[in-house]
Amino acid sequence: MKYWFAGCLALLAGAGQLADQASAQTSTLDTVKSRGQLQCGVNTGLAGFSAPDDSGTWKGLDVDLCRAVSAAIFKDANKIKFVPLTAKERFTALQSGEIDVLSRNTTWTMSRDTSAGLSFAGINYFDGQGFMVKKSLDVVSAKELSGASICVQTGTTTELNLADYFRSNKIEYDPVVFEKLPEVLAAYNAGRCDAFTTDVSQLYSIRLTLGNAADHIVLPEIISKEPLGPVVRQGDAQWANIVRWTLYAMINAEELAVTQANVDQMKDSKNPEIRRLLGVEGEFGQAIGLDNDWAYQIIKLVGNYGESFDRNVGAGSPLGIARGQNALWKDGGLQYAPPIR
Amino acid sequence: MKRPSKRPSPAKVPRSLSGYVYDPKARGLALQAIVALLLVWFVAGIVDNTIRNLEAQGIASGFDFLDNTAGFDISQSLIAYTNTMTYARAFLVGLLNTLLVAVVGIVLATVVGFIVGVARLSGNWLIATLATVYIETLRNIPPLLMLFAVYFGVLKTLPSPRNSVELPFSSYLNTRGLYFPAPIWGEGTWLFVLGLIGGLAGALLVYWKARRQRLLTGRANSALLPAIALVIGIPLVAFFLAGTPLSFDYPEAGRFNLKGGVVVQPEFIALLAGLSLYTAAFIAEIVRSGILAVPKGQREAAAALGLHDGQIMRLVVIPQALRVIIPPLTNQYLNLTKNSSLAVAIGYPDLVSVFAGTVLNQTNQAVEVILITMSVYLVLSLLTSAFMNWFNARVAIVER
Ligand SMILES: N[C@@H](CCC(=O)N[C@@H](CS)C(=O)NCC(=O)O)C(=O)O
Repeated sequence: MKYWFAGCLALLAGAGQLADQASAQTSTLDTVKSRGQLQCGVNTGLAGFSAPDDSGTWKGLDVDLCRAVSAAIFKDANKIKFVPLTAKERFTALQSGEIDVLSRNTTWTMSRDTSAGLSFAGINYFDGQGFMVKKSLDVVSAKELSGASICVQTGTTTELNLADYFRSNKIEYDPVVFEKLPEVLAAYNAGRCDAFTTDVSQLYSIRLTLGNAADHIVLPEIISKEPLGPVVRQGDAQWANIVRWTLYAMINAEELAVTQANVDQMKDSKNPEIRRLLGVEGEFGQAIGLDNDWAYQIIKLVGNYGESFDRNVGAGSPLGIARGQNALWKDGGLQYAPPIR
Repeated sequence: MKRPSKRPSPAKVPRSLSGYVYDPKARGLALQAIVALLLVWFVAGIVDNTIRNLEAQGIASGFDFLDNTAGFDISQSLIAYTNTMTYARAFLVGLLNTLLVAVVGIVLATVVGFIVGVARLSGNWLIATLATVYIETLRNIPPLLMLFAVYFGVLKTLPSPRNSVELPFSSYLNTRGLYFPAPIWGEGTWLFVLGLIGGLAGALLVYWKARRQRLLTGRANSALLPAIALVIGIPLVAFFLAGTPLSFDYPEAGRFNLKGGVVVQPEFIALLAGLSLYTAAFIAEIVRSGILAVPKGQREAAAALGLHDGQIMRLVVIPQALRVIIPPLTNQYLNLTKNSSLAVAIGYPDLVSVFAGTVLNQTNQAVEVILITMSVYLVLSLLTSAFMNWFNARVAIVER
């Protein structure tokens, strides 16, 4: 009996020492290919960004990015397992390898990009934090919120911005912090809080779910910069390139007016930029470990950035958010992708 | 190891190596040592592996983050806290909030549990049935669901701050919590404190004298009234002698909430009520089983001596029942403390919400934060058990 126990322990201890040899580098691309599926971390439900529709199909701006990566790798926009994650769970899921890419309205900050062992692969939505209040309170500015109770979700940049803003404006407030969004909203609805705060795009999306949307207003103050984008693990440059250039391909396609509808004709275009984008010229796909028609597949199966924006959060969606900062740089916005060359 | 032995001690005989191999004691020791070494190797392997993996993934490690500025606010704190203080301070705030609900919750759960447990055995059909319904309902609800029900139930029933319910002593109740005047102690408070100490000491003296008289003469005369008079009277006199050094900060209507005063937040009320009512149902069953474990003859004997029902319960049954009650009661106390970590779901800033929630997410040092949090719960549990074991040893009936 004793010997048996000691033997087991010896085996276990040996296994413990060996485990790090086993965790030797295998590339994320190879893992995804051999699995035949991309595992993509998304929001648990945020209309316009990532939410399942009536038939259970995931839809949204963040979801489209996952679909684009899947299209680039598999020539199929549906080889994805969507993993819904709360704000608190998302980074652990990525660090531990449960997901390959996190595309979930996540703000690019320095600490997340460095000491958390993560890398941001671009910005697919320029956002900022704001406040939503009940119209009946007659508040028109965040500066009036002195003494107010404010509901927030934990695990977000929101909590810190809130403290910063009220500290620098020397206003007192009372934070009420919940772990999950449904509880935050239930508390806001039950009148526990005067205001709810998060990124403005999310306020617009959530307002639509609150019964009568007109009863709530979003205050004009934007108190922070929230560049939202996809995230990967540090240390796999090829994988980071794939995700980054997937986003850039979508933005470049919009700039070059290549759309889901015209992408096949565009293959015959004389414009060298379009020819390189669609893989007619050059070997850009191979440079990131994919086929040269990677971007063609993205545009064919998912569409360009503008199309995705429009149908999910823009004019063609219930949210109806204006392009604003998310317009192309040519149109006075901030979306700007380096050239494919 | 002094054993009277007729045989010559084996240690005195010079032995070869094989002598040790066939000596069961030496063999056992060697095996223990090997197992211990393997265990150390195993743990060291895990720690080393973790550190190396974190490094390889570019994730920060170590405990230095505790000294960094927290930067976030916490809605309820027993100690001074601002967002310019450190993560270590935020940890302390969370820990104290956990201790607060745990301690108050345990006291409440015990009181309610004892009452319901005794009630279930009552001869009165209505009382016994009500107690049974209470126990059977609450024991069969998951605690998280119970908390949600209480919390949102509380929020839905309370009025908005603009229509606060007025209570006596300038207190108010609304969705933001229970507000009452905050006492502000002025100069001369020391005299009052002195009076309080004096009153308590006096009461103890009176009680002790009464007890001695009872033991000597067998006549029980209650020391309760004089003791109460002392505890209240002396401090009261001192208070007026010091020139009533007490004023109040009254809650007043602000634009959104009431301002000033002391607030007990609805999250705290809901968590406390949820946890203690839930645990009380289990404690009630433990109390019932403890009481039923006392042989019927004990009651009959007590009744024959002329004790009335209350006295039988208090003086004969409960002291004996406690022997059966305390060990499983400890378990319930541990459960309540651990269940308090569900606080995060209803927005009460306990240790898990503040430290394993916000701090973890801001520092991204999951391994360290979770390790610290688990250690805290482990220590709390061990301390509770240690205390209950001590208490158990004290109340255990000395068998003759
Ligand atoms: N952009 C911010 C906030 C993102 C965030 O998590 N927002 C919340 C509030 S709308 C959310 O999406 N919650 C949904 C969930 O956790 O299920 C960040 O990266 O920290």
